[in-house]
Amino acid sequence: MEWLQQLINGISLGSIYALIALGYTMVYGIIKLINFAHGDVFMVGSFIGFYSITVFGLGFFPALILSMAACALFGVIIERIAYKRLRNATRIAALITAIGVSLLIEYGVIYIRGAQPEAYPDVFSNRSFDIFGAQISIQSILILSVSVVLMILLQFIVHKTKTGKAMRAVSHDTEAAKLMGINVDNTISATFAIGSALAGAAGVIFGVYYTKIDPLMGVIPGVKAFVAAVLGGIGIIPGAMVGGLVLGVVETIVSALGFSLWRDAAAFIILILILIFRPAGIFGKNTREKV
Amino acid sequence: MKLKKFASLFLATSLLTGILAGCSGGEEGSSSDGGDTIKIGANLELSGAVASYGSSEADAIELAVEEINADGGIDGKQIELIKVDNKSDAAEATSAAIKLVSQDKVTAIIGAATSGNSVAQVQIATDNKTPMISPSGTSTTVTVAENGKVNPFTFRTAFIDPFQGTVAANFAANELKVKNAAVFADNASDYAKGLAESFIKDFEAAGGTIVAEESYVAKDTDFRSTLTRIKASNPEFIFIPGYYEEVGLIVKQARELGITVPLMGADGWDSPTIVDLAGADALNNTFIITAYSAEDPDGKAKAFADKFTEKYGEAPNSFHALGYDTVYLLKDAIERAGSLDGTKIKEAIEATDNLELVTGLYSVDEFHHPIKSATIIEFVNGEQVFNTKVNP
Repeated sequence: MEWLQQLINGISLGSIYALIALGYTMVYGIIKLINFAHGDVFMVGSFIGFYSITVFGLGFFPALILSMAACALFGVIIERIAYKRLRNATRIAALITAIGVSLLIEYGVIYIRGAQPEAYPDVFSNRSFDIFGAQISIQSILILSVSVVLMILLQFIVHKTKTGKAMRAVSHDTEAAKLMGINVDNTISATFAIGSALAGAAGVIFGVYYTKIDPLMGVIPGVKAFVAAVLGGIGIIPGAMVGGLVLGVVETIVSALGFSLWRDAAAFIILILILIFRPAGIFGKNTREKV
Repeated sequence: MKLKKFASLFLATSLLTGILAGCSGGEEGSSSDGGDTIKIGANLELSGAVASYGSSEADAIELAVEEINADGGIDGKQIELIKVDNKSDAAEATSAAIKLVSQDKVTAIIGAATSGNSVAQVQIATDNKTPMISPSGTSTTVTVAENGKVNPFTFRTAFIDPFQGTVAANFAANELKVKNAAVFADNASDYAKGLAESFIKDFEAAGGTIVAEESYVAKDTDFRSTLTRIKASNPEFIFIPGYYEEVGLIVKQARELGITVPLMGADGWDSPTIVDLAGADALNNTFIITAYSAEDPDGKAKAFADKFTEKYGEAPNSFHALGYDTVYLLKDAIERAGSLDGTKIKEAIEATDNLELVTGLYSVDEFHHPIKSATIIEFVNGEQVFNTKVNP
């Protein structure tokens, strides 16, 4: 069952892209900023998870929660220091700042701990189940369930809580939301916190699933997640999830057909095609549900 | 100078008359000023970025020279070792080589440890007709110039990278007795591509079939889809030339996907990090190629390991073994040349045929690349264990 196995491979990869893409899309939805530092928050989350497991001896779930909390705080700090004062500046100024923040985080981490990679410890047993000839490891099952739970939780926060309502309102019309008495600054911070927490979770999951982490690990997944967000329709939450999964599966199919060297190219060809033929993304027209 | 000439004349006379029996005789060599010693230069990285390679080799070279001198030297002449530090720098390596040939008038040069610093001396060696042997320079450019011509006076002790593909093919076909194999190579490195090419050529020549040929790019982290594809072609053996950072992940992911066949790589795998990345369990039933293992039970290798450990208090590594072998390779050539003339020694090295060294049997091909034994190491529960030695 080669194809079933490939589908599982693709969904596992895609769910990591989806978790990162959610942060991109939420931030874009609310302040129209492509936060290029998001991939690096993912990297920082991965390292926080790594050190909490190896140094503090925590298990997977405590490490995941600690990393999410630390990344949420980190995201808010980035927003407050770097982006807040640029809120009325040109979009290109904010974009360049985002790239600067991204480089600052990457090389800051290299400065602190060096550029050598680390190997994530095995937190789950390596046992795998044989389902119709496909090998599914306990890791992939847990990773998939954690991703799904986080996405459901996110939908709940956005749709059923006051913060979520405020986020949707600010995204829809900042000025009007302000007039209605919504604290726009706090809402934007909350968006950064939630998006960064998801990136932190993705970082820990990535570490457990792929073992190797290093200070520049966020660059490529960050760019891929950006493609996923655009594919689904940037600013649209379900779009980021679907975009991430589609991208993961497409990359896997490209490799499965024997074009493994074209895998990265495939992601960017998708980006180009989407931008030419459907700039609003898959979910662009139907559900204008923005955060 | 006058004194030296007088000395050599005196020695030559004394040799003729046979008055000083047992004492070494003087013989005029083109790059030696004669005398009762054979001067050998060692142009090594004793400081700088790759000082550990150079100083390892220097230790082993000293041990070999001591042994040979204690044993009566080469044709009765004692070896005088002149060590020069090239500071791990190509320009320094060139000036060190100039000093060795013009000032010290050495018969031959050993060094440098790295390919770049060895290439930096090639011109000096060729111009002065002084043979030079790099113990561990593995790039083809050390002995073959860019225009494809062989550098006439340059040799090496270590096998070149693509040779490891040949070793892997022989090991798979003859020792593991597999009939079909897959290759999964790093497409971003010439090292891996060269290994993959020579593996495929020699494995097919040995009657095997390549069932899958896939590649990846350095820095990839997800290999599952390609591995699933490889698995579907049912190989009995997978050759994975590449570096440990990716290979560690490949091995781990392959085992997770239920690929249990032997996996094999080359010296690019040789790092303790690979055990962390792949996990000790996943690494079982994987093999790597190295020039030398301190656990080699072969008589010569064992004797060297014991002597080395006694002198320096640590087990020798590949650099030690290669440095040591270089001295014996040179000794053998000088003995067969029967002269200290650079051209004659060069011809003698070219004619080396299955010389027994610590790292195995050694011959030279027309490009001055060694055809020699290689050691196969198996990972057993995360430890490197000597498996076998594959002779050419």
